[in-house]
Amino acid sequence: MDQRDPGLAKLIDRVRHAQACGSPLQIRGGGTKEFYGGPRRGELLDISGLAGISSYEPTELVVTARAGTRLVELEAALEERGQCLAFEPPRFGSGGTVGGMVAAGLAGPARVSMGAVRDHVLGVTLLNGCGEVLTFGGQVAKNVAGYDVSRLMAGSLGVLGVICEASLKVLPVNRAATTLSFEWDEGRALEQLNVWRSLPLPLNASAWHDARLHVRLAGAAAAVAAACDRLGGIEVSADAAAAWWRGLRDQSEKFFSLTDTDLACGECLWRLSMPAAAAPVTLSGRQLIEWHGAQRWWRTTAQAHEVRAAAARGGGHATLFRGADKAAGVFTPVNGVLMRIHQGLKQAFDPAGVFNPGRLFADL
Amino acid sequence: MTNSPVQPSREQRQADVVAALAEALPRGAILFRHEDTAPYECDALTAYRASPMAVVLPDSDAQVAAVLRICHRLRVPVIARGAGTGLSGGAMPHRWGVILSLAKFNKILNIDPAACTAAVQCGVRNVAISEAAAPYGLFYAPDPSSQIACTIGGNVAENSGGVHCLKYGLTLHNVLRVRGFMVDGEPVEFGSDALDSPGLDLMAVILGSEGMLAVTTEVTVKLIPKPQLARCIMASFDDIESAGAAVASIIAGGIIPAGLELMDKAMTAAVEAFVHADYDLGAAAILLCESDGTAEEVAEEILRMEEVLTSAGASRLQVSGDEAQRLKFWSGRKNAFPASGNMSPDYMCMDSTIPRKRLAQMLHSIQEMQSQYGLRCANVFHAGDGNLHPLILFDAADPDEIRRCELFGADILETSVRLGGTITGEHGVGIEKLNSMCVQFSPAERELFVSVKRAFDPLELLNPGKVIPTLHRCAEYGKMHVHRGMLPFPGLPRF
Repeated sequence: MDQRDPGLAKLIDRVRHAQACGSPLQIRGGGTKEFYGGPRRGELLDISGLAGISSYEPTELVVTARAGTRLVELEAALEERGQCLAFEPPRFGSGGTVGGMVAAGLAGPARVSMGAVRDHVLGVTLLNGCGEVLTFGGQVAKNVAGYDVSRLMAGSLGVLGVICEASLKVLPVNRAATTLSFEWDEGRALEQLNVWRSLPLPLNASAWHDARLHVRLAGAAAAVAAACDRLGGIEVSADAAAAWWRGLRDQSEKFFSLTDTDLACGECLWRLSMPAAAAPVTLSGRQLIEWHGAQRWWRTTAQAHEVRAAAARGGGHATLFRGADKAAGVFTPVNGVLMRIHQGLKQAFDPAGVFNPGRLFADL
Repeated sequence: MTNSPVQPSREQRQADVVAALAEALPRGAILFRHEDTAPYECDALTAYRASPMAVVLPDSDAQVAAVLRICHRLRVPVIARGAGTGLSGGAMPHRWGVILSLAKFNKILNIDPAACTAAVQCGVRNVAISEAAAPYGLFYAPDPSSQIACTIGGNVAENSGGVHCLKYGLTLHNVLRVRGFMVDGEPVEFGSDALDSPGLDLMAVILGSEGMLAVTTEVTVKLIPKPQLARCIMASFDDIESAGAAVASIIAGGIIPAGLELMDKAMTAAVEAFVHADYDLGAAAILLCESDGTAEEVAEEILRMEEVLTSAGASRLQVSGDEAQRLKFWSGRKNAFPASGNMSPDYMCMDSTIPRKRLAQMLHSIQEMQSQYGLRCANVFHAGDGNLHPLILFDAADPDEIRRCELFGADILETSVRLGGTITGEHGVGIEKLNSMCVQFSPAERELFVSVKRAFDPLELLNPGKVIPTLHRCAEYGKMHVHRGMLPFPGLPRF
């Protein structure tokens, strides 16, 4: 990126000033994920002006966009050429940006088969805490020159630097997709997913909720048709299936909507990231399982330590995705050695500690 | 590597270090006589060598931790080593350092068919994981050409690719957890059995960190259901441009082949003499294009691939009829390196990545460089992901050929950066591409790499001197070179 770009030059000035004064900045794209992560502190650093697709070459399977580019705009451009972001990032509103998507590192139903945001990040241009513009990675899929700093940005919640531009791997949209549904309880559904996972099936996504398992098969038409015959179940109409997966992806499905009353009553939405074959998790409340068992959403009034203990028993970790009281921390704390590395990296990228303090961990 | 005012002699230092290590390791696990350490003087980049003070061969986590604690206390550099198949000198010893060989960490700990994962020690060979998973119908996807010898720990260090990574991803896409030790011997775990972990994605920086951030002892990888069937198309092209355009057309057609490889005429001739696989010797370029999946899927995809390749101007198409023929098609590609050994006393394998659309342009540049440097070059490409492996043929007995070969290699890397690519796709920087790092990264970017290293290894004892060039080195190199096509201080008047 050209540092003389007026939008970028302004950001550089703001960051240098913040560094000099030691005053925190909260980085903001479209502001659609303000509910996520720890408390927001400091002056707003709005990157939405840094917008636009810088380059898109369908035959290279790569798109480069400036951080403030709206995700819906990027996806529309890809769709025109029969391509997509295969990890289905959630859109919590139409204002969500590319930078916010990378920084949050959240992915949708297809993540289990297609990989996460980080798996599709090829390169990032970022602004560090000293106001320097740095580029890591690039626009090619295979690149091992230096440490993989660009992928470290995915899910970093802006604590290391301001993402200015990102290059992302894109993929052709699936030629065919069919959704099947099965009336199964949790135990049966998880058991069956464990069997299917190890078979050569075009399994793209799955979701279990309310005694019903949905499975999306996607890929070559012949492969999808053959898998449908093999798996059985009831085929869901294309429209209903699209609405169901979109509802999960964007969390517009009613399971995810916590009203102010729910929140006031202490109900929280927890995201449990579990080893896929982990046994059912027992908590009070309601559950929705995605990623063949690797992501288990809970709506519960249970205490944070109970939820974290339940996740830990199965070898996983729990994130307070939505909730009124975040005193117990949003993310599961990491151990001493990992925290020292986190602090060392923070020092490396943002020595004055200006970017999003406390958004990831209280002492970072 | 000592801060004391008077530097002890190397012999004295070696005696002290060996004595300290002997407190933690059995006698047979420490090598220090020159005749014993000689096999460890280099990895597969044999042109660069150094003699280590000692080589240790621990066989337990406790021993690895003890070695690291001792070396940390004595401020001794530690270079972890797997099978030594690396092509960039990443495992080259340090004269004042210890080689930590992890060859004894060769056990497969657990295959979990329900979770589709395998937990293995770092010294397990890449192909051994797939062999162990085969009874469950599963396999480990990344398949570097050295897969019969290279270890998973080395794959983690290099973020290795392979011919199938276009569809199945690199090491980084296929590893869930890495266990090991920090430089001071403290145990550490990156990632987990779940798909993600809280906090920063430290696994992202560990993968491909060339042994400079931590020592890996155990790796949990994802296993993938083995496709029921694979078929391969071998397409001939009369000119390089059409072959390059065919690659773009396949991707544009919404096809992601399981493998998409290109060989030029020189390479085809070399491998044909080596494996006798019926390659088309008259073709300017050969494209191998593979489809895998269910029988229905493969049938559908092969048809579409044939259409695209035909309209892209392929002069001849052969589709593998059975598994034996498919393996025959691949045998040449998989043997490209040994076959090159038959063409010339020595060869240097380069490894850069460029945008796919620049393939033809790059090949023409390489052709010109052949006359410029007076050396021959044969080319194999992971065409699907733009990763080139030009093999420069030379004679190491001739110092001038070595010099020209190095210049030729550097020219290829710098051309790759200029075309929008990178100096290394999958072999790593190691010691070999330090100068080229100066071309790809600005001083501030390189300084950040140093800071990242210090976040893990404050005293810079793990594999020091690799991957990140010093400012001084870049300044020397930069006198003749430019960064990203820009001369330093572009405003300065020049004659």
